[in-house]
Amino acid sequence: MPLLTGFAEWETLPLLVVLSSFAPGVVIMFLREDQRGLRTTLNMIGATLKLLLVGLMLTGVAAGIEYRWAMTVLPGLELVLIGDALALLFVTLSAVLWMVTTIYAIGYLEGSPNRTRFFGFFSLCVTATTGVAMAGDLFTFVIFYEALTWTTYPLVVHRGSEAAIRAGRLYLIYTLTAGALLIVGAVGLYASAGTLEFVAGGAIDPQLVHENPGRYLIIFFLLLGGVGVKAALFPVHGWLPVAMVAPAPVSALLHAVAVVKAGAFGVIRLLHSVFGIELATEMGVAAVVAAGAAFTIVYGSLRALTQDDLKRRLAFSTVSQLSYITLGAALLLPLAHIGGLVHLVHQGLMKITLFFCAGILAETISVKRVSEMGGVGRRLPLTMIAFTVAALGMIGLPPIAGFVSKWHLGLGGIESGAEWIIPVLLASSLLNAAYFLPILRTAWFDPQNAEWNAAERESWLEADWRLLWPALITAGIALGSGLFANTAWSPLGWTRLIVYGGGL
Amino acid sequence: MSGAPLWTTVAVMGPLVAGIVALAGGRRALQSGLVLGSASSLAAAWGLAHTIMDEGVVRHLLGGWGRPLGIELYVDGLAAVMISVTAVVGSVVSWYSSAYFGDVADLRESPAARGARFFAPLWLFLWSAMNGIYVSGDMFNLYVMMEVLGLSAAAIVTLAVTRKATLAGMRYLFISLAGSMLFLLGVALLYAEYGTLSLEELAAMNPGGATAGWALSAMTVGLLAKTALFPLHSWLPPAHAGAPAPGSAILSALVVKASFYVIVRLWMHVFGYGLPAAEAEGALLILGTLGGIAIIWGSLLALRQVSLKRLIAYSTVAQIGYLFVMFPLLAELAPGADPDAWNLNAWNGGIYHLIAHALAKAAMFLAAGSMTYAVADDAIESISGVAHRLPMSFLAFGLGGLSLAGIPPSAGYVSKWLLLNAALESGQWFWAGLIALGGLLTLAYVLMVGRYAVQIRHSPEPFRTVPRRMEWAAITLAVLTVALGLRAVEPLALLSIGGARPWP
Repeated sequence: MPLLTGFAEWETLPLLVVLSSFAPGVVIMFLREDQRGLRTTLNMIGATLKLLLVGLMLTGVAAGIEYRWAMTVLPGLELVLIGDALALLFVTLSAVLWMVTTIYAIGYLEGSPNRTRFFGFFSLCVTATTGVAMAGDLFTFVIFYEALTWTTYPLVVHRGSEAAIRAGRLYLIYTLTAGALLIVGAVGLYASAGTLEFVAGGAIDPQLVHENPGRYLIIFFLLLGGVGVKAALFPVHGWLPVAMVAPAPVSALLHAVAVVKAGAFGVIRLLHSVFGIELATEMGVAAVVAAGAAFTIVYGSLRALTQDDLKRRLAFSTVSQLSYITLGAALLLPLAHIGGLVHLVHQGLMKITLFFCAGILAETISVKRVSEMGGVGRRLPLTMIAFTVAALGMIGLPPIAGFVSKWHLGLGGIESGAEWIIPVLLASSLLNAAYFLPILRTAWFDPQNAEWNAAERESWLEADWRLLWPALITAGIALGSGLFANTAWSPLGWTRLIVYGGGL
Repeated sequence: MSGAPLWTTVAVMGPLVAGIVALAGGRRALQSGLVLGSASSLAAAWGLAHTIMDEGVVRHLLGGWGRPLGIELYVDGLAAVMISVTAVVGSVVSWYSSAYFGDVADLRESPAARGARFFAPLWLFLWSAMNGIYVSGDMFNLYVMMEVLGLSAAAIVTLAVTRKATLAGMRYLFISLAGSMLFLLGVALLYAEYGTLSLEELAAMNPGGATAGWALSAMTVGLLAKTALFPLHSWLPPAHAGAPAPGSAILSALVVKASFYVIVRLWMHVFGYGLPAAEAEGALLILGTLGGIAIIWGSLLALRQVSLKRLIAYSTVAQIGYLFVMFPLLAELAPGADPDAWNLNAWNGGIYHLIAHALAKAAMFLAAGSMTYAVADDAIESISGVAHRLPMSFLAFGLGGLSLAGIPPSAGYVSKWLLLNAALESGQWFWAGLIALGGLLTLAYVLMVGRYAVQIRHSPEPFRTVPRRMEWAAITLAVLTVALGLRAVEPLALLSIGGARPWP
């Protein structure tokens, strides 16, 4: 296919990937509320185009091409978008999940007000996420990272209720303070080291750090504060459980596709592409991050145990699961990196499934609490099958995706000489089981114990197809990623390409 | 043959002639005046920028009269940048004003007619005076132009026929005259000592010693009063808030920058070498400290306002502080930098902040003008729900506010980045912290307005229809602030001509 290869070598592909959601987003903003068909068409064209472009880039990167598009902003500073294996891991995840979430959101918000605004910002939010993923240096990263805050805020407060406004305010206080730290840290780094470029294995000359260790420690922790908030590291995770008041597709976006992933990805970039894991380990900061992540893993799970509100329980579960990514990135040797990176994808797939299912429960039969879930498995069997697959995956049961992550994390911990990670993983898995299994038991085996507002099915399908199919698809991918983990195109295969190909 | 004499003449005479045309008074005369003024200013800005890019700094003696009698013109990169910013913002504001005053039926009688009738001529005279200041190469010329500027600016404040506005305008006039007197005193002292009014001749004599010190002090205090730096700021909020919306935009975005420009000329260029280093550094530190206090104090007071336009006016007080934070940073050189030049990042950052603030503040005042026009009230509470009715104006206000706060991508982000870089490359974490804190405070008051504007309005009160032109004008400026955040290369290249170094 000469034509296809021709396109795959196109240098501006990263820019086009960003624009493929930006352009529809801006156009949608100017549509009238009743132009529903046009809005949906634009959304689907954007999502499809993005998937195609990402697919092209994937074939290109697999063939050894490195994409780079740059525009000078200031003398010496560029807006750089790159497409290498690591960037594409995150871009692919967000492009796939954006597609399914868009379908889900169209069904979920059917008939509700302000959908123009919603879908406009929804597209812009994904634009910012792809920008974060493909940022080639810290300067570009900061721009998209901050843009992500502002494009997500209208989605968090979308309902306009008191609780939503409060959650939005908390979200802004956390993320904007973090943004200020991030910017000061980035400028400090630029003023000290003279470069902001992301380089596999670390961009900073270790000699500079040896000359002035205190200065670089300050810079590291400023940057960590910046990315740590969105990565929901303890003690700056507080905004995430509160933000779950947002509509289900937004929660899915926050927890799986965009915001927390941008934070976790930022931690990876900070540890691996800015400082380099060897330098970070030598400075002792990697150990601090690892310890913080380990604590967050256990803490998040403990908090999840006591939540009755389903989405809130899932939110604390996110706090915990995200730190697997951080933990993996903060250890020294490759197996742990594989575990952390692959969990970026796996956690996204499983968590988005869980939030999709929680949304179906709330929309279809208005069940929102764990204690009301008695017998829902009989009314919504497909939904609960998807939920079960994802929940078991979260616990780490083979052959579902989560097992693959935990396995590599554990091996990587031993390889890196951090055997203490094993008890942390075990404790966390036990806690995961302790807060997920009761839900499954209640849903499948208990009798109905709450009022359902649609006790009987309206059609042969248990729920709106636009809500159900996305959940089934993501659950299927999560299962497939575990079953076929050993193939080249699975998340694990791609992650190995990154780590062993020297892309980290 | 250089185009410079032609373009400097057009820059000053174009708006002046346009103002005289507008004085004729009919609706058509007002419109033609505004069109002529905008067109001549834009053409002059374009022409001067190109001439300077090609030929470097331009000097010209008007009418061929030699020193010390003739009018001496001097245009470097800084002057060209000022003229360009004034031309762009001024043209958009003119466009806006033609709609803002458009619904006044009778231009002769009613009190409302005063604004409609006299805004255009006063503003065009003001424009001519500003351009005159930017191209002046001698002290006396500067003085005359500042008097024209002060008189027409104070008159614009009184166009809104209320007792408060009249008082505010009178106060502004007194401050402005007192400032001019101090400036004139300094000019007289310098003339007595050195026998020249030419800025360049004076710089060549390396003015130092007691007389020069006193002269510079007197001129600086006078100019600080006109620029409204803390603690000489209290005249600004009532004056800027009292004027009609397009007037507020001009006063806040452009007029205070004219006297700031003169301060920069004197301190950075004319007196750059002459003053003993220790005293000069002390003085620069005082200016910076006052700027720092202004940032905090202005922002805190902005948070306490109940009137929208006063809030924006206090924001100007705070943002002027950033302009002065530039001064102490200018004197601190990065390791290895040219010891004869000012810190380039501080210079670029300070002037870029001037540009950013001009665009953002004009966008905010114009948008606020549209919102208060719609609800016929200036209280922040009364604009509740306006975001749903005037989304474009709200967006313009928001983008302007975010740019001021330094959120990327925006011109304000670029300027904050550069200022932070200047602070951190010489290890001055205090200024870096102050700059970041100021950004967060800015966000606080911008979001306070946002919170009211997005509220869902329960009692539908009559909304006055806002002309589309007003909404488009504000959004044009807002989009420009974003664009200048993605591309700062050309403005900074223009600014570099003439350079960030004292005149020899």
